[in-house]
Amino acid sequence: MKSAVIVFPGSNRERDMLSALEKITGTKPVAVWHADKELPKVDLVVLPGGFSYGDYLRTGAIAARAAIMDDVRKKAADGVHVLGVCNGFQILCEAGLLPGVLMRNSHLKFVCRHVKLEVANAKTAFTRKYKQGEVWRCPVAHGDGNYFADAETLARLEGENRVVFRYAEGTNPNGSLNDIAGIMNERGNVMGLMPHPENEIEDLNGGIEGRALFESVLEAVA
Amino acid sequence: MKARIKVMLKNGVLDPQGKAIEGALGALGFPGVAAVRQGKLFEVELAEKDPAKARAALDEISKKLLANTVIENYAIEFDEK
Repeated sequence: MKSAVIVFPGSNRERDMLSALEKITGTKPVAVWHADKELPKVDLVVLPGGFSYGDYLRTGAIAARAAIMDDVRKKAADGVHVLGVCNGFQILCEAGLLPGVLMRNSHLKFVCRHVKLEVANAKTAFTRKYKQGEVWRCPVAHGDGNYFADAETLARLEGENRVVFRYAEGTNPNGSLNDIAGIMNERGNVMGLMPHPENEIEDLNGGIEGRALFESVLEAVA
Repeated sequence: MKARIKVMLKNGVLDPQGKAIEGALGALGFPGVAAVRQGKLFEVELAEKDPAKARAALDEISKKLLANTVIENYAIEFDEK
């Protein structure tokens, strides 16, 4: 599987993501600079975590208008898989590729800890290697992870099984509506989540349950 | 032409920063403060001289970048001079 990781000024998890992708897919991913106009031909585009543009204006707002985003939109429309993690999720929402918005954590504090994640939909390209309802441990590190959407959008997301991950067992770290940790688009090829599966892939991390997310995509595009 | 764009969270959207400020004002001994909402103010200078065209441009600017209309409203004001 070929993959690309977009690097914005202020991204800081791109190395973790590049390393995880290489370890799991066996193929070296390409790092793509935000000012580039075109992505290489890949099966998966990843927007990594970080603080693009120092979170100026709103988290992800300025990165969402970067030059490369036109091609991300085009690739997403062509059915290429797009994954946004943390700041990448915020960017996908700001870019209109996913509905809703990630607001400031309800308690106003930055959270950096492990949460329990429930696989709310195991029939997606990003979760097919998990079991429905499976709960796994995953780290989060964010100040703006409080998912918000209007009642109509939220009802649609729930009705169409587009909530992919939820915070489980009372571990919602940010006040996110319906305990939402990750959602996908209508077509199911664009997914964003706040937790960091790329940091839960080796025993050294204390767990390897994040691998299944990347292995799912690997299987889906095979 | 100078304009100000005020961006505020929509009614019903929780504003934890406003709430924290409200709490701090209470602690400072301003018990009469019923509610605080925090917003953003942008001052924009435009080369455009025609007010209708300027307003249309600012409308576009606000929708495309300054405000996220999922959660925020914006209002455009021109500087009187």
